[in-house]
Amino acid sequence: MKTTDQTDHKRRDFLKTGVAASAVTLAPGIVMHTAEAAPRDKAVDSSVRWGMLIDSSKCASGCDSCVQACNDENGLEAYSMPEGADPEKWDQQRPKWIRSVTLKDNLSGRISNLPLMCQHCENPPCADVCPTGASFRRADGVVMVDRHICIGCRYCMMACPYKARSFIHENVDIKPELAPRGKGCVESCNFCVHRLDDGQTTTACQDACPENAIIFGDLNDPNSEVSKALAEYPSVQIRADLRLNTGVRYSGI
Amino acid sequence: MKKIFYKEWDIASQTYWMILAVLAVISAIAGFAVLHMEHNGHWVTGMSNQIVWGTPHVFAVFLIVAASGALNVASIASVFNKKAYKPLAPLSALLAVALLIGGLLILVLDLGRPERLIVAMTTYNFKSIFAWNIILYNGFIAIVAFYLWTILDRKMNRFYKAAGVAAFLWRLILTTGTGSIFGFLVARQGYDAAIMAPWFIIMSFGFGLAIYMLVLSDFFRLSGRPLGDSVMFRLKNLLGVFVAASLLFALMYHLTNLYGTENHAYEAFILRDGGVYTAAFWIGQILIGGLLPLAIVFHPSLGKSRAWIYAAAIMVIIGGLATIYVIIIGGQAFPMTMFPGKTVIASGFYDGINGLASTYSPSLAEALLGIGGIAVALLITAIGVRMLKILPMSLADEVADPHSAS
Ligand code: SF4
Ligand code: SF4
Repeated sequence: MKTTDQTDHKRRDFLKTGVAASAVTLAPGIVMHTAEAAPRDKAVDSSVRWGMLIDSSKCASGCDSCVQACNDENGLEAYSMPEGADPEKWDQQRPKWIRSVTLKDNLSGRISNLPLMCQHCENPPCADVCPTGASFRRADGVVMVDRHICIGCRYCMMACPYKARSFIHENVDIKPELAPRGKGCVESCNFCVHRLDDGQTTTACQDACPENAIIFGDLNDPNSEVSKALAEYPSVQIRADLRLNTGVRYSGI
Repeated sequence: MKKIFYKEWDIASQTYWMILAVLAVISAIAGFAVLHMEHNGHWVTGMSNQIVWGTPHVFAVFLIVAASGALNVASIASVFNKKAYKPLAPLSALLAVALLIGGLLILVLDLGRPERLIVAMTTYNFKSIFAWNIILYNGFIAIVAFYLWTILDRKMNRFYKAAGVAAFLWRLILTTGTGSIFGFLVARQGYDAAIMAPWFIIMSFGFGLAIYMLVLSDFFRLSGRPLGDSVMFRLKNLLGVFVAASLLFALMYHLTNLYGTENHAYEAFILRDGGVYTAAFWIGQILIGGLLPLAIVFHPSLGKSRAWIYAAAIMVIIGGLATIYVIIIGGQAFPMTMFPGKTVIASGFYDGINGLASTYSPSLAEALLGIGGIAVALLITAIGVRMLKILPMSLADEVADPHSAS
């Protein structure tokens, strides 16, 4: 995770200088926005809406850097296959916050790749159905699970149109600090919320993508890289018919 | 119609304790199955991130739906004032509560964090139909228990009618709520249908009555109390009507789906290519749960045989479980359409690669939990009839039939 570390250092240095500019270019193609990240002691508000644009035409086949980065960042590989488990079944039971999907157009035969994760719906069906309110949407658009009140009923998984959620089917031996978790609860991509709460403005998948196919940022800020890209290129929401106003958009599918 | 006398279930102590012991052992085995699943985590079950609700949910939903249906007999007596059903009412109410508790127990014990039940009972998200259901279930138990009290206690008798009406209305809302659990899942093709809720109500009539008939005839037989043909024939005719109506609703559901092009793939899956789901649909739901019992109860000679009527009720139950299996598991196994016009050719998450359905094979522990729920329901019923004046002394034709000569 070298890239991430470097990015972090640079970001910290940048913060120390106290420059109030809203964006800074760290490397060609990577632009960071700082003004909108709220510090931990401040409640998040809706002045920011985090979102993502994924350029599927840049997403290379066979690459799983974003998946790996997510697994590392969020400790998804802290699970080893339980003894006696059937490997094939286990693969369907282990948590996966992000997956790489390859599509073939039925008419043209064109192949496209894309990473798919929680789409951070503005009207999230998962939060609507959750009996306890454990699934919720933060004011800044991040949809996540409060693992202290999740009862593990999996209704949210039934409701999510993107199959974005994982149920923890097994004991967790190592408890990663960044993403507390436990057997019997449901979890999903949270836009690396621990980073956002620390004032960072990138996600692990974005940092890891060698093709810069993922642009993350504040959808409410017209000057953010993601807003500019959305204004410039045609993009779609997956299952736009459901009118969920997703925070993750795709171009070039 | 003669005066009806009710009395506690007076079977020999030995038989009674024997029955309790058997049911308790089955429940205990289910308890161990739960410990096994909760200790290891759900990886020991057949459930996965693709099939998130498995066999326990099939049993639980079946029992919950049947619970509201079991109350029907009582409702016919109290709300629709049919005298002939009055002696049947107490058992109907008791069974309704027992089945609901059995079903809920399964649901709770299958949670990822069952020990957080208290959270579910205290933290509500009122947007969630699931949260509303928790309230509906608790309310049902309370209202029906009160209703039972008004039946059993002479002093409370003046509330009988009101309680009966309340229980009846509540059960309609409850089944609608249960059906809506699925109806609200807009993203899933098999569920997004307005017909789901009324269909569940119709199904509940059949399931609940079938269980009622079995319990009634077994409990009477065991205690040697007379149970005349007139009661059983009346019930089996009713069962026939409910089964026919369920078939009709199933037909409407699939026809509406076939009408909308976007659901053709789902229909082809259930009706033709779904393997075990297609088999469960045609053989379980339609044949065993529908056509066969229908043929039996309305058959001129089979329909007069108590043994065949009993068999028909069992078939309705088996068919009912198959129906719920197709709805719950089949509905999840069918891949969701995320990319219209495109085929998923690879995915890290089994997104219906090349349109293939997800696989699920139930584990023993899941099935044991489901069966345990039934055992608990029967346990409650058995203890209830033993302690309370639930069962009439006789339902022989001359007692039970308001039109009989005497
Ligand atoms: S993509 Fe799924 S998990 Fe994410 S917000 Fe939408 S419904 Fe919830
Ligand atoms: S599994 Fe947890 S987060 Fe999902 S609906 Fe149930 S309680 Fe809510």
